[in-house]
Amino acid sequence: MTLKETALHAEHAKLGASFTDFGGWDMPLKYQSELAEHHAVRQGAGLFDLSHMGEIWVRGAQAAAFLDYALVGNLSAIAVGKAKYSLICTPEGGIIDDLISYRRPALVDGEDAYLVVPNAGNADAVYAEFVTRSEGFDVELDNVSAQTSLIALQGPESERILLSQVPAEQAEAVRELKYYAATEVTVAGLPILLARTGYTGEDGFELYIDNSEAALLWNALLTADETVTPCGLASRDSLRLEAAMPLYGNELGLEGNPFEAGLGPVVSLPPAKTAKEGDFVGKEALAKIKAERAESLSGKRVLVGLQGQGRRAARGHYPVLLNGETIGEVTSGQPSPTLGYPVALAYVSAEHAEPGTELQVDLRGKAEPFTVVALPFYKRPANK
Amino acid sequence: MTKVVPELRYSAEHEWVAADGDGPVTVGVSAVAAEALGDIVYLDLPEVGSTITSGESCGEIESTKSVSDLYAPVSGEITEINNDAVGDPAVVNQDPYGAGWLFKVKVSEEGPLLSAAEYAEKNGAEL
Repeated sequence: MTLKETALHAEHAKLGASFTDFGGWDMPLKYQSELAEHHAVRQGAGLFDLSHMGEIWVRGAQAAAFLDYALVGNLSAIAVGKAKYSLICTPEGGIIDDLISYRRPALVDGEDAYLVVPNAGNADAVYAEFVTRSEGFDVELDNVSAQTSLIALQGPESERILLSQVPAEQAEAVRELKYYAATEVTVAGLPILLARTGYTGEDGFELYIDNSEAALLWNALLTADETVTPCGLASRDSLRLEAAMPLYGNELGLEGNPFEAGLGPVVSLPPAKTAKEGDFVGKEALAKIKAERAESLSGKRVLVGLQGQGRRAARGHYPVLLNGETIGEVTSGQPSPTLGYPVALAYVSAEHAEPGTELQVDLRGKAEPFTVVALPFYKRPANK
Repeated sequence: MTKVVPELRYSAEHEWVAADGDGPVTVGVSAVAAEALGDIVYLDLPEVGSTITSGESCGEIESTKSVSDLYAPVSGEITEINNDAVGDPAVVNQDPYGAGWLFKVKVSEEGPLLSAAEYAEKNGAEL
């Protein structure tokens, strides 16, 4: 199988990146040291190529109604310019993908427009589901994944650095841009859809641009300030784990459900304020799962955070133990570069999910102590 | 950066062995392995006085992304471990053939070891 390459592949090679297969894409894993890249995002700014992510435009008179039906969230309730994290589920309630939808200004009166961003490995599956689910809706789907690049600038210095590349008359719009909102601006002379979103737990931006101009934008941001560090997928994973953001394939999958993953509020069922009236794919199954869990969590699993007492890290699929008995499984685990101790996400039976519970993880035959802790592991200072 | 040091011999599992006259041999991991592992954050080394057996796991080497077994390239008794590297495992990335050595062994039997040229060829590295 040939791996797909982003429009920035040659730039990564020039920077000495080591590459890895991620969702069928040949992506930079790291450039120098993944720890240095991790710290750069916590302390300064990191630049990521996320062009492997998918981009699907949903437009038309019933674009909002279609997304309300296709996804578990109430997408028609979000304002133009805002974004929403949601899930696309099977009729049984299994998770096909987690994705972000940006509501954009309509091109035509009486229509709505959304840009939906699925994960790299799921982009084709999501688009295929959209095609199926759009039957009967007045909606037009446009999969622009192949021609769209996505670059993320993440870290406490990212606003300052981005502003150095934005014309003065647009500076206010960038400063005022709220978390989970997007706007069109000019960066380094290039037209950008700029979103204040990210996957690192820091302030930061994601910039959508046509492939033909991606390298120009990448290099402009890379050289905008000496604190900008190119970052690969290794640091992206350790950053998102510290922020306890789920990764599809680890914490989320077809076999699981949103409630056990702590994503219940994302599902717009009553009595949530965002509950939607109409039908959506998975509604019946998800309502049943929710009701069953509300009645009793006995025998059901919950995603928790674990903090290692020692220095050895738990890794994905390691058994979680209580007095020698398996009560769960690790989904993601690493030494936390910011906190200095091992952290892990794990599914455990609900009886043992309370923060403070002392558990063990089977680290290749040796039971090592881990404590259930509240999530996220790392939260950025409030003033940033 | 030289990835394979000509004067050393290597196991197929990426440990290097340096003979020092008739005394104990010094063991570490190759730069090829250190680079593949990424940033090393934890070392679990055999205890001084314990016996290791060539080809068998004798410890662990953990990076941010993964954990790998450390295999004994020779059989014998551990005479010394590198406590500086245990305290600051990053030294294994920085200087795998020098300050990042792992332990010393009084050899009772050598495992199958590769010459530097053989190891380099096997791993697509340069001598």
